[in-house]
Amino acid sequence: MNKFLIAAVLATAGALSTQAQAKLQVFACEPEWGSLVQELAGDKIDVDVATSALQDVHQIEAKPSLIAKLRRADLTVCDGAELEVGWLPMLIQQSGNQKIASGAGSFMAASQIVTLEKPTQLDRANGDVHPEGNPHVQMDPYRMLTIAKALDARLAQLDPANAAAYQQRFADFSTRWNAAIKRWTAKAAPLKGRNIVVHHNSWIYLTTWLGMHEIGSLEPKPGVPPTSAHLASLIDITKSSHTLAIVRAAYQDPKASNWLSEHSGVTAVSLPFTVGGDAQSKDLFGLYDSTIDKLLALTKSPSP
Amino acid sequence: MRRSLLTVCVMFALAAPVFAATPPTQKKIQQLEARIKALEANAAAMQKQTADALAALQATRAEVEQIKAHQDTAIAAAQTAPAESAAIAAAPPQTAPAGANGNAFNPAMSVVLNGAYAHGSLDPDRYYRAGFALGGGSGPPAQGLSIAESEVALSANIDEKFYGQLILTAQNDKSQDHIGVENAFIETTALPNGFGVRAGRFFSDIGYLNSHHAHTDNFYDRPLAYQAFLGSQYGDDGVQLRWLAPTPIFLEFGAEAFAGNNFPSGGAAHSGVGVYTGFVHAGGDIGDDTSWLAGLSTLHSKAKGAEDGFSGDSKLYLADGTLKWAPNGNLKDGGVTLRGEYFVDDRNGLYTAPAELQLGQSAFDQTWNGQRRGGYLEAVYRINRTWEAGYRYDKLWADRTGPYASEFDPSRNSVELSWLNSEFSLLRLQFSRDVPNPFNVDNILTLQYQVALGAHGAHAF
Ligand SMILES: [Zn+2]
Repeated sequence: MNKFLIAAVLATAGALSTQAQAKLQVFACEPEWGSLVQELAGDKIDVDVATSALQDVHQIEAKPSLIAKLRRADLTVCDGAELEVGWLPMLIQQSGNQKIASGAGSFMAASQIVTLEKPTQLDRANGDVHPEGNPHVQMDPYRMLTIAKALDARLAQLDPANAAAYQQRFADFSTRWNAAIKRWTAKAAPLKGRNIVVHHNSWIYLTTWLGMHEIGSLEPKPGVPPTSAHLASLIDITKSSHTLAIVRAAYQDPKASNWLSEHSGVTAVSLPFTVGGDAQSKDLFGLYDSTIDKLLALTKSPSP
Repeated sequence: MRRSLLTVCVMFALAAPVFAATPPTQKKIQQLEARIKALEANAAAMQKQTADALAALQATRAEVEQIKAHQDTAIAAAQTAPAESAAIAAAPPQTAPAGANGNAFNPAMSVVLNGAYAHGSLDPDRYYRAGFALGGGSGPPAQGLSIAESEVALSANIDEKFYGQLILTAQNDKSQDHIGVENAFIETTALPNGFGVRAGRFFSDIGYLNSHHAHTDNFYDRPLAYQAFLGSQYGDDGVQLRWLAPTPIFLEFGAEAFAGNNFPSGGAAHSGVGVYTGFVHAGGDIGDDTSWLAGLSTLHSKAKGAEDGFSGDSKLYLADGTLKWAPNGNLKDGGVTLRGEYFVDDRNGLYTAPAELQLGQSAFDQTWNGQRRGGYLEAVYRINRTWEAGYRYDKLWADRTGPYASEFDPSRNSVELSWLNSEFSLLRLQFSRDVPNPFNVDNILTLQYQVALGAHGAHAF
């Protein structure tokens, strides 16, 4: 009797574990990585995306639902560079899942590339300082390609049975992506040399790629909410610099950028920032299309 | 010399972006990349690479980066060249591994500083709580200026299987400094299937607040029920086994065994293992805006001469619930946290009066069989990044018979307003109207600062 019970339990456990091994479980911290891994793996994997484009990923609540998702993950794909430091390490610890704590199961996008804005001085008096550089890497298509390649290799490493499929999908993605880069770069030519004021320093990779210039930030220091005194100090430079736009991400409160827009005459614009940030940004291609279209539209309207 | 060469490259690239991929620049890029490779090889060979070599490597990389950034269409045209991504791909030695430095493996260190001014309208010497003993972290806050509880936390992975944490606290009690060991435990990190084991000194995972450090609380002091039934917070030397179920919602089970040195237990007559606990926590999301966490816990103790004079079996049952609501879950920008916990405390044993009350024989000794209850409800409204306001209602239900018999049930209302300058610092003003017994009201005002420095901490849900 007991033997039957044990056999039944073992059989069930075996069935459950093979079922669990059927597909690689990926936990994407941000929508851009959910989208990228989807491009590279399609239905070979299951993806949980932890956050949405309408959330501030610097400040995520360590929700119990995320612990449950990390418990079953084989791979986490995140920005890294300490962007998720306030919530991810604690969640991983609570999940007790060693696979994703470090090593092959932990993929940090910012570690695959050279980051910009690496601080020379680490002092929190300078705001929310990221020792490994600016973590908002998703708006540079070249870096994205490098990251995609590294991520594809990681997928193949963790799931060798599907390695050929991952390789083939990366080849397909990189062809489409390179074609898109050509299209985006040509289309964005009028943006070159233009100045923007940003809400948070999350656009440096985009501006570096397109040859744009960031002339001010609504946050007095990275991560410090805009103050009225600081906004007032931006009026003159915004007015006098032939500024294209005051740029915020979809998740950011429009109050500050609208205020500066009213006082400087420069249009405030909300850019998607990540997949799902607006109706057009259904995937990475849509994200770039929408971002460039929204900025280009402003070059056509009469500037002050 | 190298700088000027690079400057020329950059200027060339800036001046003629369209032709940037023409042979001369391409050649220079190749040269620069060759230099990167050389520097890398050099660094690898030398092992003890100097900071200069690394800086030069970084600088060269940055220059290449800049040239590429301005190549625009040229790069797009030359997309097939694999060199493109090589320049922005991170080389392994991004930062120096600091092998020569003995501090490289130092644990993450963080410091919490906490101080307060408190004023209660009632003389602390005249304060008593009808139906409940005071002491062991319960009672009104210390009057005047004090460092409430400041602490130093050290933590790190020990190896591939263990994690360790040590937290030392500094407290001032009646002008005496106390350094205490709040946490000193090791924990497994590599057990399969969601299991975890912890051993050492730690706060029990029963209820919601018990495992949370006081500096993450929404109010200056712990709820009355925590004070009455757990001496504010139950931590002890023990072991814990946890299991996280493989379910779509968060579902965690756990059991603990503790020495039983601290209230509500006490005495070592139980051969060093006197407290057993069990708990289950569950949590999940309701749409994008709402998350919840709930739990049921129990703590069984075989006490011998506990702080409240109890010897015998005590059973404590707790139910806790937390609900957080914020548009799109962005709680730091505005939202509401609701929390409540409910306690039932069952005693079956003997009461022994404290020595100073004993008149020759144990005149006050008596059997203690009874039940007391307590709970609190709190609501915290996060107004924006900078401001937060909260209200809490506390209630205790005394036993009508037994050594602490009382017809009166203590209660308290508290409101707080917090100014959060950043994730790392806050000032909190709190007013409490405490009615501890039928004859007194204590109006308590506290102004508190609380800061965290060092390693970036993370707050549990
Ligand atoms: Zn940021």
